[in-house]
Amino acid sequence: MAAFLALFRRDLSLALRQGGDTGLVIGFFVLAVVLFPFGVGPEPEVLQRIGAGIIWVAALLAALLSLDRLFEADYQDGELDLLALSSLPLELAVLAKCAAHWVATGLPLALTSPFLALLVDLDPGSIATLFASLLIGTPALSLIGSVAAALSLGARRQGVVLSLLVLPLYIPPLIFGAGAVEASAVGSGARAYLLILSAASLAALALCPWASAAALRQALE
Amino acid sequence: MTEPDLVAEGLACRRGERLVFAGLSFRLPAGGALLLTGANGSGKTSLLRVLATLIMPAGGRLLWGMAPVEAESAAYRAQLDFVGHQDGVKPGLTPRETLAFWAALRGTESSRAPCLLDAALATFALDRVADWPCRWLSAGQRRRVALARLVAAPASIWLLDEPASALDHENQSRLEQAIAEHRASGGRVVVASHTPIDIGAAATITLDAFAPLSDHAAAG
Repeated sequence: MAAFLALFRRDLSLALRQGGDTGLVIGFFVLAVVLFPFGVGPEPEVLQRIGAGIIWVAALLAALLSLDRLFEADYQDGELDLLALSSLPLELAVLAKCAAHWVATGLPLALTSPFLALLVDLDPGSIATLFASLLIGTPALSLIGSVAAALSLGARRQGVVLSLLVLPLYIPPLIFGAGAVEASAVGSGARAYLLILSAASLAALALCPWASAAALRQALE
Repeated sequence: MTEPDLVAEGLACRRGERLVFAGLSFRLPAGGALLLTGANGSGKTSLLRVLATLIMPAGGRLLWGMAPVEAESAAYRAQLDFVGHQDGVKPGLTPRETLAFWAALRGTESSRAPCLLDAALATFALDRVADWPCRWLSAGQRRRVALARLVAAPASIWLLDEPASALDHENQSRLEQAIAEHRASGGRVVVASHTPIDIGAAATITLDAFAPLSDHAAAG
């Protein structure tokens, strides 16, 4: 447990200290959402209709932006070898790194989303649902992303390979995340969507550390 | 000494399509040292990674005492300290943080950790730069941070890949001193180096001698 916390704390302080990571992700998220009104026009009805989808897609892309750093730095500087030899099972090491990644990116994304929701004129109930859906759904983004990040280690043009691997896997959280906001906007209740989203996150929590650890072992061979 | 010997029997290693070495055997008792030499590409790093259980040997066995290391890989890995040819030092962390993190990851008891950390910094003369971010350090200083892990998280078998690269004369003697002390207390070292390094009485393995003539001849 001490080793798990040590790895979590180190990854988090690296992400926050380099400042870039969290700031960049949030900056990208805000800019991507702000761009849409320029493209589709500023009519409130249009924005209200597509707002939740825009914010969710932008959040996916923003989370993707920081994923390549998840294992890449450790792989390049040889620290992944040392991690694999430590007393901490690689599966738990992946979990610690995903947890740090979520606190440094997923959580700030969820916290920023209510302000962006104001920009696209969502009603207060929808804003609350959007916040909840991102809070529940972003752990799945970090966990699923870790599998793709581990698989694409050492690939040329890793960023591109990573996007191709991970974006299709992000479709279920996107459908249910954006669907939850939609449902709450028309008043049919978002509970079912949020429950499915929770299930997706829990399934990712149970499966992804194993898959990522297996891919990392492959990369170390 | 209660600790068993580390024994290799007919080890072979394959990287991609190529058999790098085959038929390699040795016995490393407590306090022993092994110096790996050989031309570039002769398999020094591969052998160290096989010994570290990071890659599976293509043939032969690695025994810790009587048991194969795969049987008790967690116990065996706890005996290892591996310093690869990369330093594994993050530019954003200070040497002190790097070593403290590493000690925590290795499960060093928290009562001993601060004392070991100071000893590690002192052994490789890193006191002055201990609280600088590693991005300010020179290549030799980063190398010393990587080597200081050996002291901060003690283990019985040291696997060192070109440990003296980027070190100046004075720091190479610090490293040699640390190796001598480690061996005197019953530890063992395997060093891959193509530059001369004085690690005391050591068995030398020249890996060129184990290069297979053809892939087929040595695979069995």
